[in-house]
Amino acid sequence: MSSQPVLEIRGLDKSFGPVQILHNVALSAHAGEVTALVGDNGAGKSTLVKCIGGTYSIDAGEFLFAGSPVTVSSPREAADLGIEIVYQDLALCDNLDIVQNMFLGREKKSGLVLDEATMEQMAARTLDSLSVRTVQSIRQLVSSLSGGQRQTVAIAKAVLWNSKVVILDEPTAALGVAQTAQVLELVRRLADNGLAVILISHNMNDVFAVSDRIAALYLGRMAAQVKTADVTHSQVVELITSGRSGDLGLQNVNGVTA
Amino acid sequence: MSTTMLPGQEAAAQSPGIGGNIRSYVARVRGGDMGALPAILGLIVLCTTFAILRPVFLSAINFANLFTQGAAISLIAMGLIFVLLLGEIDLSAGYTSGVCAAVLAVTMTSHGQPWYLSVAAAMLTGVVIGFVLGALVAKLGVPSFVVTLAAFLAFQGLLLVLVNEGNNIAIRDPTIIAIENRYVPPLLGWILYVVSVVIYAAVQIVRARRRSGRGLVADPATVIAVRVGVLALLGGFAVYALNLERSRNALLVSLKGVPIVVPIVLALLVFWTFILRRTAFGRHIYAVGGNAEAARRAGIRVDRIRVSAFVICSGMASIGGIVLASQASSVDPSTGGSDVLLFAVGAAVIGGTSLFGGKGRVLDAILGGAVVAVINNGMGLMGYSASVKYIVTGLVLLLAAGVDALSRKRAAASGLR
Ligand SMILES: Nc1ncnc2c1ncn2[C@@H]1O[C@H](COP(=O)(O)OP(=O)(O)OP(=O)(O)O)[C@@H](O)[C@H]1O
Ligand SMILES: [Mg+2]
Repeated sequence: MSSQPVLEIRGLDKSFGPVQILHNVALSAHAGEVTALVGDNGAGKSTLVKCIGGTYSIDAGEFLFAGSPVTVSSPREAADLGIEIVYQDLALCDNLDIVQNMFLGREKKSGLVLDEATMEQMAARTLDSLSVRTVQSIRQLVSSLSGGQRQTVAIAKAVLWNSKVVILDEPTAALGVAQTAQVLELVRRLADNGLAVILISHNMNDVFAVSDRIAALYLGRMAAQVKTADVTHSQVVELITSGRSGDLGLQNVNGVTA
Repeated sequence: MSTTMLPGQEAAAQSPGIGGNIRSYVARVRGGDMGALPAILGLIVLCTTFAILRPVFLSAINFANLFTQGAAISLIAMGLIFVLLLGEIDLSAGYTSGVCAAVLAVTMTSHGQPWYLSVAAAMLTGVVIGFVLGALVAKLGVPSFVVTLAAFLAFQGLLLVLVNEGNNIAIRDPTIIAIENRYVPPLLGWILYVVSVVIYAAVQIVRARRRSGRGLVADPATVIAVRVGVLALLGGFAVYALNLERSRNALLVSLKGVPIVVPIVLALLVFWTFILRRTAFGRHIYAVGGNAEAARRAGIRVDRIRVSAFVICSGMASIGGIVLASQASSVDPSTGGSDVLLFAVGAAVIGGTSLFGGKGRVLDAILGGAVVAVINNGMGLMGYSASVKYIVTGLVLLLAAGVDALSRKRAAASGLR
């Protein structure tokens, strides 16, 4: 779609102590597109996401947001830019209701008092815009929701704030078939609404079902970022397992990218 | 609103009308969220039992005693609820109240300070104690159980030092004495009652109007009417009963009216309920108690929330200490000691506050405090010794904690947690 990526990362290095986890990683996310981030267990996907979200500091690398260089050193700064992350473990409070969770830490107030009515309306509008039809009441406690519904709330929370980039870390890992389909539909809708979406998934069917681009990490290196339409299942699997597939990917595994 | 239902899910949560409200309440109780139910049932059973066994339990003078006996415990429990909501505990709250009472007594008697400065000193002591405890828990990461157990011992010693190794400091200041031993004039009692009920009704109606004006689901008029009616009925009965003549010889000295401590407790109840339910700070307390990691990721300063909960707890304990001093008209090494802490924790838990964090209301302190006061008072009337009282109260606390744990399990089983 659009030519200039909303978010672009170049030359990102990240080490934990003596161990370098990410090597010279490049990644871009475009508005209106779903970019699938794939890679084997331990490839560094979650680490990369946490670097983007400001949870981890980076050792080297450049962030470009809508073309201009930025620094992200805390989750707050990422949120201010419009980058929202839905973590693998969701981070919802079971004892609060849907509205309370969606506004957690960013409550609307009139004076000292919480403005419940405004929050409820905004939450309802967001859920409507995502065509979410699966919750009975937005005043339901999160503890009473199913896994898919929780995932929905977490995603709705991420788009509530006029966010530009939404990153989802394995949103369907714990879900059944029907709920996975629901969540994937929602992910697609986010992109169709004009957001740049980065989706981490191990499931090739899901990846091919919703993504426009695929970025494959191999042992902390970006093996390739390609258009989904240009590759086959088995090519992506090869990229994930060996870092290269034909002339795609890392040409020698010791470093230089294609 | 997004209210379309999934197949297989019953409508309950927001069907309007009183029937819907009752149904959703029943569903909640079934699901393990019993709320105030055990405390209210307990109160009814206990009061009936004592009233039958010892008719004097129902006398006007004993009714007033229940309020003055339960006040300090309820105040300390109110503060404890903030700490319990975080899933922490403050075992030193009882002796904190004792230390603060001693500060009050010493500054008034030995240093001749006026009552208001002494009250300020006592409360400041409480706040400082809470800050230190909170900082040790939140910043250093020492479990609150250990920090406050240590403080429990240390404050016991500090209290001894303050009262000069076992002296009894008499309180003579009429203002402090008045808190527990003087009464609101009957007419003023009624005026306060009417004003409170009217304000409560007005707040409820205005909120419902605003919500329905914006197209949101609002409490139906019948539900509001029931709430206001219950408050009016209970409040009216209490004021009426407390306004009865309690003196054996009314010509010599008249004893009637609401104890002054009652409006103080109620004002604090309203204040803290407002903070907990209607402000972002209160919301964050619940969030940290529910899922501290989620709260941290949402940008909430979890440490600050922890410290402030301990400050509120010890601050309320200091007010409880002042009431204890007024009740006994003196401060000694046992003020705030022995059973006070257990009763306060018991009050909170019996009222429905969870020991696992994330669930509880300030009102629980009053409901549970009432249960504790009734047990204590009734068993006293029955002539049981302190030993039996301790055992029974301990069992009741255990029972409440058991109910808490069971309802949590039940909630897990019914998918509510
Ligand atoms: N805080 C940390 N300290 C040290 N090493 C870490 C830390 N977090 C992750 N690692 C290491 O970094 C590597 C990449 O981990 P990461 O969680 O990013 O993988 P992933 O691609 O998300 O895997 P998965 O698919 O299993 O979620 C792993 O070898 C892991 O052991
Ligand atoms: Mg991961």
